[in-house]
Amino acid sequence: MTGPKALLEVDNVTIRFGGLTALDSVTFDIREGEILGLIGPNGAGKTTCFNVMTGVYQATSGQVRFDGKVLTRLKRHKITKLGIARTFQNIRLFKSMTVLENVMVGADAHSKVGFFDALFRLPRHRRTEAASTARAKEILEIVGIRARHDELASNLSYGDQRRLEIARAMATGPKLLCLDEPAAGFNPAEKLRLMELIRRVRDEGYTVLLIEHDMRLVMGVTDRIVVLEFGRKIAEGVPSEIRDNPAVIAAYLGVDEEDAS
Amino acid sequence: MSTTTTPTSAGGTSLVTLGKRWDVIVERYNSQPTIIKALGLAAALVFVYALPLIRPPFFTTDQIDFGGVMFSVAAFALVAVGLNVVIGYAGLLDLGYVGFYCVGAYTTGVLTSYHWSWPFFLALPVAIAVTMVTGVLLGAPTLRVRGDYLAIVTLGFGEIIRICVKNIEWLGASAGIKDIAHPNTIGAAPQPPFDKGGLFEVPRLEWDGLIPSLDTQHKTAVLAFGAADAIPYYWLILTALILVLIGDRLVKASRVGRAWEATREDEDAAELMGVPTFKYKLMAFALGAAIGGLSGSFYASGQSGYISPDSFPLLLSMLFVAAVIVGGSGNRWGAIAGGALVAYLPERFRDFADYRLLIFGLALTVLAVWRPEGLLPPRRTRRAKAAEAEIDALEEGELEGGLA
Repeated sequence: MTGPKALLEVDNVTIRFGGLTALDSVTFDIREGEILGLIGPNGAGKTTCFNVMTGVYQATSGQVRFDGKVLTRLKRHKITKLGIARTFQNIRLFKSMTVLENVMVGADAHSKVGFFDALFRLPRHRRTEAASTARAKEILEIVGIRARHDELASNLSYGDQRRLEIARAMATGPKLLCLDEPAAGFNPAEKLRLMELIRRVRDEGYTVLLIEHDMRLVMGVTDRIVVLEFGRKIAEGVPSEIRDNPAVIAAYLGVDEEDAS
Repeated sequence: MSTTTTPTSAGGTSLVTLGKRWDVIVERYNSQPTIIKALGLAAALVFVYALPLIRPPFFTTDQIDFGGVMFSVAAFALVAVGLNVVIGYAGLLDLGYVGFYCVGAYTTGVLTSYHWSWPFFLALPVAIAVTMVTGVLLGAPTLRVRGDYLAIVTLGFGEIIRICVKNIEWLGASAGIKDIAHPNTIGAAPQPPFDKGGLFEVPRLEWDGLIPSLDTQHKTAVLAFGAADAIPYYWLILTALILVLIGDRLVKASRVGRAWEATREDEDAAELMGVPTFKYKLMAFALGAAIGGLSGSFYASGQSGYISPDSFPLLLSMLFVAAVIVGGSGNRWGAIAGGALVAYLPERFRDFADYRLLIFGLALTVLAVWRPEGLLPPRRTRRAKAAEAEIDALEEGELEGGLA
C-alpha cells in the first residue's frame, strides 16, 4: 500500500507495570496529514499508548519512531521540540496565567531566548517575543477564543478551557497533535463544534491523533481508526470498516449495543 | 436582585479592596504623561534615599539608630526579593535561604579580612559568584525532588552551613570574623576623630513634635563608610536593591518568567509543552542564591564589620520565608513590603521585643486565616479571587431570585 509517509510508527511496543501488561506488542502508524482515531473500552491502554509517544512512560520493549527518529529514552521536552504535542484528558492549564500567556508558553518551545537576552533586552528577545505573541494570537483565532486572550485561564468556561488546551499544544509547532478525549464532558452541540475545529486544525497542516470515547465523534471526523482492547490491537481501518467489524462490535460496543441498533 | 452585600469572607473583601487601592495607584501613575511619570519616580527615589535623613516623626525609631534600622530594612527587602524569585516565581520552597546569606557574608569576610585583604568592591562580585555556584551545587541534585522534600533538604542545608562555619578553624570557628573591610570611601579619606571624609556632608532633620528643624550637630558624610554612621551603607544597599528590582522586572516579563510560572503551576504539563523545567528551576534557585549572597556580603561589610556563626540562625531563614509569604508571594512589591515589615516592626516596638516572636506567630496565624495570599498578592491572584466572588454573588442572586 502506498500512501503518504508514516509520521509516527509504533513498532511492537509492550509495556508492563509489574505483572500487568498494559500494552502488548502494539504496532500501528500515523500518516502525515491524517486524523487517526485511537479507540477502545476503558482500560484498553489508549492513554498508556499516548504516554509512550510523549515520553511520559518508557516502553518495556519495542520502539516508537517519529519522523524516523527513535523516541525511546528521550527527555519529554525534547520530544515536544521534535514535534509531538498533546492535550490532557483532565484539563491541565496553567491556571493563574492568562490565556495568551498559556499559549505563549507553548510558543516558547522553540525559542532560543535565555536569561541574558531577557535581562539586557537584546534584539533577539524583542524579535522572538513579537513573533510568538503574533503566532499565539493567530492560533487563538483558529480555536475561536481570541477575544478572551486577556482572561485568566481559570476563568474560562469548560469548553473554552478545552479549546485553550488545543491552542497551547498547537503553539509548540507540532507535526503531530495528540488530543486525549477532547470531547469529555461536552454536550452534542459542543461536540459538533469540536469536530469542526479538529478538521480545521488538520486543514492547517497538522496531523492529528484523536483518543475518544464518543463513537459518533470518532466516526465522523477520523480518516482511520485503530482499536485497542486489553492492551492489544484488535482492528485497524477506515471508519466504515471498523463500524462493521464484528470483533470491534463485540469488544467495544458490547453485545447490547448491537441488539439495540 | 438582592441589595445586600455579597457574603464573602472579611478577608476576601479586604484583600480585594487593598489590591484595588494598589491598582488605582499603579493605574493613576501609568496614565500620566512620561514627564510626570519620570518626575514622580525621581521624587519617590529621592524620598526613599533621604528617609533616614528626614527621620519622619512616629516612624523613626527612638531607641536605636534609625539609619541602622533602615539598613537592615533594606537588607531584608533585598533578601525577600531574592527569595521571591525562588518561592514566588518558581514555586520552590527554600527553607535554608540563610545558608546563602551566610556563604555571601563569609566569602566577603574571608577575602577582605581573615585571610586576604581585598577591597570590598572586589570581594563583592566574588561573593555573588561563590553563592551562585553554591546554589547550583545544592540545586542540581535536590531540585529533582519536589515540594515538601525540597523544603526538608534546604532546611538541612541552612543548618549544615552554620554548623560548618562554627567548626572550621579556617573560617574563624565560633569566634567569627572581625574587621571586615567597609566599602571603599569615595572622596577624602576620614581623619578620625573629627573629619569624617567623604565628598560632602549633609545635615539631618530634627523634629519637635511636628515642627522640623535642621540638626547640624549630626551630619552624614556622603559616601564615607565608617563605623559611626549607618546611612551611607543604607544608600549602598538601596542602590543594589533598585538594580536587582530592575533586573527582576525585565527577567520576569519574558520567556524565563513564563517558564517559571508554568513550572510552578503544573510541572508535568510545562515539561510536555517543551519547557526544560529542571533548567529553569535551577536558574531560579541560583539567581535567588546570588541575591541572598549579595545581601549577605553587604551585611558582613556593614557598620560593625563583624560576623559569627550566631549571626545566621535557622530562625533567620524562617523570617525570610515569612517576609515573602506575609508580603504576598509572587509580587516583588509585596516581597519588599514583607521584608521591610519583618525587619522594621521589632525595632520600632522594642519595648515588646521580648514578645516579638509570640506576636509574630500570632500575626502569621491571623494572616493565614484571613489573608492567605499575603498583604499584596500578585494582581492575577486578586483577579481570580474577584472572579470567584462575582460567581458566588451571581449564584447567590439566582438562588434568592428563585426563592422570591
